Amino acid sequence: MTTTAGIADTQTLLSIRGLQKEYVAGNPILKGIDIDITEQGIIAIIGPSGTGKSTLLRCINRLIDPTQGEILLEQQDLSKARGKQLRTLRRKIGMVFQEYNLVERLSVIENVLTGRLGYMSAWKAWRRNFSQEDINTAFELLEAVGLAEHAKKRADSLSGGQRQRVGIARAVMQNPRVLLADEPTSSLDPKTAVEIMELLERFALEKNIPALVNIHDVKLARRYAKRMIGMSDGVVIYDGPPEGITDDHLKQIYGGESWLV
Amino acid sequence: MARLTPTSSHENPFRGSWLVRSIWLLAAGYLIYSINAMDLKWSRIQDGMGHAGTMLDRMFPPNFSRWELLLSGLAESLEIAIIASIVGIILSLFLGLFSARNFMPNWVSIPMRGFIALCRTFHPVIIAILFVKSVGFGPLAGILTLIVASIGFIAKLFAEAIEEISLKQVEAIRATGAGFASIILFSVMPQVFARFIGFSTYQLDSNLRNSTMIGIVGAGGLGGTLFSAFQRFDYDFVSAILITIIALIMFGEFLSNIVRRIFR
Repeated sequence: MTTTAGIADTQTLLSIRGLQKEYVAGNPILKGIDIDITEQGIIAIIGPSGTGKSTLLRCINRLIDPTQGEILLEQQDLSKARGKQLRTLRRKIGMVFQEYNLVERLSVIENVLTGRLGYMSAWKAWRRNFSQEDINTAFELLEAVGLAEHAKKRADSLSGGQRQRVGIARAVMQNPRVLLADEPTSSLDPKTAVEIMELLERFALEKNIPALVNIHDVKLARRYAKRMIGMSDGVVIYDGPPEGITDDHLKQIYGGESWLV
Repeated sequence: MARLTPTSSHENPFRGSWLVRSIWLLAAGYLIYSINAMDLKWSRIQDGMGHAGTMLDRMFPPNFSRWELLLSGLAESLEIAIIASIVGIILSLFLGLFSARNFMPNWVSIPMRGFIALCRTFHPVIIAILFVKSVGFGPLAGILTLIVASIGFIAKLFAEAIEEISLKQVEAIRATGAGFASIILFSVMPQVFARFIGFSTYQLDSNLRNSTMIGIVGAGGLGGTLFSAFQRFDYDFVSAILITIIALIMFGEFLSNIVRRIFR
């Protein structure tokens, strides 16, 4: 990897520069975020609720429009992309949601296949004219997340943990360059939460891509993350390996210390 | 038990208001005035009962001897209702989507809402008269009438159903890089489809009923036959037509129940 000062690193997969977002003018929620991502595996973003973690992830795939700054995915600026270009960039970014956000009345396999919608015309999609390759991949992914026998069930008949697995399969189905996961474990019990983190790690390593995971469970984050980004009040306080994060950092990120046992 | 002893004094919040009382008085006064102005008397209703009795008497037994005329009227009504329902539902799908405030900007949704409201403003009979005057007597006027009536009713219901969906599912599909049409097909339609089927069968039902009525103003269907039978005092034929209409409506009800069960 060669880095030349002043010139954007051509190896950088995702580069966020001076990202700002204000929902109300003059009241920024993100106050200039700079993050570069090159590595694969889980990158945990920790911080108290309301600090802009969710906003950060949603700015990356433009579910929210940033106010200022650039977001470069493979050297293409996402922050200004529109129409077809935006959709082509979006399909390179798989997203996993806190509340799974499956289309409840569609079958599990249909939900996984919606990961291909960015690659095909609406007309083909409507007739469920997915390529045989996509169908095979979808079933393999379902097998990989342990839900092969549920393929034809309706998504709303699954439990929370099962739904989140489908959510992950859908995101991976996009063949993404980056995975984003917004509090993927917050609505789940501790055991299922660990299983979901394991799945995310496994896919990130298998596909050789980074997975940016918003998470407020510091222990869980430390266990799986290769890198941790601590945010507080719209700025990055810590960015480095999980071993480097100290109680002082945590105090700075979350405020107070009574919760540190 | 110790008694509660209040020390402060408050205004009674339940005291009657003079304004409310006078509004009630005004309403009662207007009702009495209207009854007088319309010349409503019990004796007229009593007389009417007698006329109705003779009419009912002449209606029995129903006369099905002109069954060919009856059947062709029935077929025409059925065709008007089915064509109008299908075209009306398809148009309403688009109009409903374009007037849903959570998907469309105001400059699209407000004119669309206005148009739908306009379709709902007039009773089908008035619309039928307008269409008979412009495209002439016959089923075309009836079909156009019922299309307008369908839009006025279900496009609004479709729009409301779309406005109530969960945006989380929409967000997830948008995040996959799907285009607008795919987003609609894969995140909006699955959420509203069952309700759309319900509204559509209800509209088919209502169109069947209305298709037997618009014939009275010359817009085709069984209504025309009914009206001329009334004018010729063929009360036995009238009762045959009425029985046929009842059968038609029941058949429609039966059909829509089946459709609803399939799509539940």
